[in-house]
Amino acid sequence: MTHAHEFVDLLKKRGFNFFTGVPCSLLKGAVSILEKEPPDRYVSAIREDAALGFAAGAWLGGRKPAIFIQNSGLGVSVNALASLHLLYKIPCLIVVSWRGFEGKDAPEHLITGATMTKLLDLLKLPYEVLDPATMAEQVAAVTAHIDHRSPAAIVVKPGILE
Amino acid sequence: MRRWEAIAAIAPHFGDALVVACNGMIGRDLWATGDKPTQFYMIGSMGLASSIGLGLALARPKRRVIVLDGDGNVLMNLGTLANIAAAKPANLYHVILDNGTHASTGDQRTIAPSVPLDEIARAAGYRWVGRDVAEFFASTGPSCLHLKVEPGNQKGVPRVEIEPPAMTERFRAEATK
Repeated sequence: MTHAHEFVDLLKKRGFNFFTGVPCSLLKGAVSILEKEPPDRYVSAIREDAALGFAAGAWLGGRKPAIFIQNSGLGVSVNALASLHLLYKIPCLIVVSWRGFEGKDAPEHLITGATMTKLLDLLKLPYEVLDPATMAEQVAAVTAHIDHRSPAAIVVKPGILE
Repeated sequence: MRRWEAIAAIAPHFGDALVVACNGMIGRDLWATGDKPTQFYMIGSMGLASSIGLGLALARPKRRVIVLDGDGNVLMNLGTLANIAAAKPANLYHVILDNGTHASTGDQRTIAPSVPLDEIARAAGYRWVGRDVAEFFASTGPSCLHLKVEPGNQKGVPRVEIEPPAMTERFRAEATK
């Protein structure tokens, strides 16, 4: 069962009002909801670091941004995170799928799946691995980081937001 | 015309617009030309000035947003021209200072002399594309001012002296007024 509606509602209740990213099949339920937002609230990005740029600009303009990306897109996002968000203290919620989870996926996802949480740790990005039973508390926890000007991530395993 | 001469020529048109300057010599030239709290200087994240500008333009539709970009930056994330054209923010003004070089790393060639960035912006769907500064600022965005400038750098141009988090604070305060 998808928890996409519940998750998007939780984000909106916490004030998130600018969404962008590059879709992933593991996030398709959430993204299909966000696609119905007005065009100034959901932007389909050409790639993940551009989505981080849109989010940074939106935050500078007073919005509270969240990006939705596949973990393959974390790689192209590293410089944006390091030399824009972390350097300038510009927050952004990163909802990132966990393709390659437990090594059971198509071959192109296996190395990224095995190294993704280590990459988040290396960047010192706080993150929660989303659990449907504790979703509200987890959204509250990452929102606290955002409100203290730090980017933070929610990692999404298969079957939760599809 | 040199890059910094072009910046000095367009800066008087900024008014209270929000300005995002890309990393490298363009931000430093703007800083040397004259600082304002409405100016945000990127020092890293090459390729993303136009993305920051689009997010800002969507968040603040009643403010004019100007992106000061270079050919190296535009080429690095060329797809953002398409994202801007698709979003069609009427308040976004994109300046491309094109000297065909990566100035801050030693004037190495870019591929811009072989790639018409203005035609790409027009084909993508920018509403106005041209070289006339007054027409550019009078146009409805998204607009692209493509200025071919000579390569070369000013001697002793300073680095931006504001710490990045402090720049974030002062710019956001201006942008959300």
